[in-house]
Amino acid sequence: MPGEIVLKVRDFRKLYGTFLAVDGIDFETQRGEIFGLLGLNGAGKTTTLECLEGLRQPSGGSLEILGLDPARDGRKLHNLVGVQLQSSGLPDSMTAEEAMKFMCAYHGVPQRADLLHRLGLGGHLKAQYSELSTGLQRRLALAISVAHQPEILILDEPTAGLDVESRSELHDMMQELKAGGTSILLATHDMAEAEKMTDRVAILVRGRIAATGTPHELTSTGSSYTKVSVRMEQPELFDSERVFPAVSQHMQKDDYEVYYSTDPVQTVSTILEYFRDSENNLIDLRVERLSLEERFLEITNDGGGQ
Amino acid sequence: MSAFLNHFSYEFKSGIRNRSLLLLNYLFPLGFYAMMGLVMTAINPGFRTTMTPAMVLFAIMASTLLGLPNPLVESRLAGIYRSYKINGVPAISILTIPMLTTVVHALIASAIIALTSAPLFDGAAPANWLNFALVTLAAAFTCGSLGALIGVISRDTRSVVLWSQLIFLPSMLIGGLMVPLDILPEFIRPFSMLLPTTQAMQAYTGLAYNLSTVFDPLLSLVVLLASGLLAFLLAIYLFSWDTQNSTRRGSPLLALLVLAPAVLAIFLV
Repeated sequence: MPGEIVLKVRDFRKLYGTFLAVDGIDFETQRGEIFGLLGLNGAGKTTTLECLEGLRQPSGGSLEILGLDPARDGRKLHNLVGVQLQSSGLPDSMTAEEAMKFMCAYHGVPQRADLLHRLGLGGHLKAQYSELSTGLQRRLALAISVAHQPEILILDEPTAGLDVESRSELHDMMQELKAGGTSILLATHDMAEAEKMTDRVAILVRGRIAATGTPHELTSTGSSYTKVSVRMEQPELFDSERVFPAVSQHMQKDDYEVYYSTDPVQTVSTILEYFRDSENNLIDLRVERLSLEERFLEITNDGGGQ
Repeated sequence: MSAFLNHFSYEFKSGIRNRSLLLLNYLFPLGFYAMMGLVMTAINPGFRTTMTPAMVLFAIMASTLLGLPNPLVESRLAGIYRSYKINGVPAISILTIPMLTTVVHALIASAIIALTSAPLFDGAAPANWLNFALVTLAAAFTCGSLGALIGVISRDTRSVVLWSQLIFLPSMLIGGLMVPLDILPEFIRPFSMLLPTTQAMQAYTGLAYNLSTVFDPLLSLVVLLASGLLAFLLAIYLFSWDTQNSTRRGSPLLALLVLAPAVLAIFLV
């Protein structure tokens, strides 16, 4: 049922000794939604996922997947949830084909050789796990995680180490699963991936949720900056030290002068005035909201304050 | 059932595919057996009497005490059990299936030794083959359980070497394999009785060869099986899924409880 809450995290806390890794976070995921969990290393993403997977016990709060508690109801959940861990392995001497057969047997489903072929492992069916490249190992882990057609898929940095083709294949597969009603919880460092794939994201900063919303909401609200990019015909004539009004930060990227403005109307009109009076010709002028990556950096550099 | 068979089939094949396991399951025990058959019988013809059970026990110990624990520890350290857990592989399968396949490999090597020692090296054949097989099964089960327990309590592969050698070396020296129990100095016997090989050799001598023993061979068989059962239960109880998140149910020192049946037997004898 669309809109149904399938995963619920309430006031979740996790302590390692005296270190508070996750400090009372709340979020929920709906059926058929791709929810992104973003954060720098050590922000608490993997800890949160591992508690949802039943690999660690929460120190406080509650976690619920399809109405079940991962710490208590692991057996009931293993056929409903697919997991691709960031740090997990298979035995070195297990072949790709054996791994698929082995895990499918424990899930009680027929083996899915088609997934191995789809993810580019068709030529490596008899290769032992230790002989596979890192990228192929991750593809195998992905194939296994979706082989039993889970209702919820938890992916921890799924595209790390993948080439462009595999990444695109994974994204297509995620969209297919989503269309089929599977909810996906995606932890990633790849902001372009998060912006493209997720319906909603939560940004974790030092164990707390600093911002949450759709990628569009996060990039269009909250930030006090607008990005103004300028490309000109003769950059050598341009004084890059020149100060435009309402600009708080300036940088050069590729062939563009990039200004972060608190008042884009004022900044743009001054830039246009400058080019009107100058012998230099304006080739391109872009006024954009921040990308998710820039907004993410803004939030994380701010220590979580919006 | 399909999951069990798949898991069993994979673990059995890995006992041959993995070079270290192939060495410990077959090459090392059978090579040592051939060497002892050629050299030791020439130096000490009396060795022929105990050669078959001694070499069978050696093969069992090589597979179970030296071969089994390392992959258990390595798998835990590599996060393989985490993958298993999220895919619904039960802890009991993680322990019992490698243990069973190791026991099967040990029994194959044992059968080769038992069937060839008489024709090749003039080793004494058992008077009662059924009892010989039963004691071999009991010894394989006990050593397999001890191997699993060592794999469970060892933090890393260095600890495995320590714990395994703590049983393997004394078993070779005072466990009745090379030197019969009745000619060991009196003060060493209680220590010797703590070892599974001593109990197994007593059971072989009394029950499979119908020869006189230092103490009741049935008691030895009971002690052997009780130690094996205790080791198996302790291995399951102390099992932990991963090292990053060790919420072990008890102290590894609980593993010392495995000595309880042998200690009790020392007082009874």
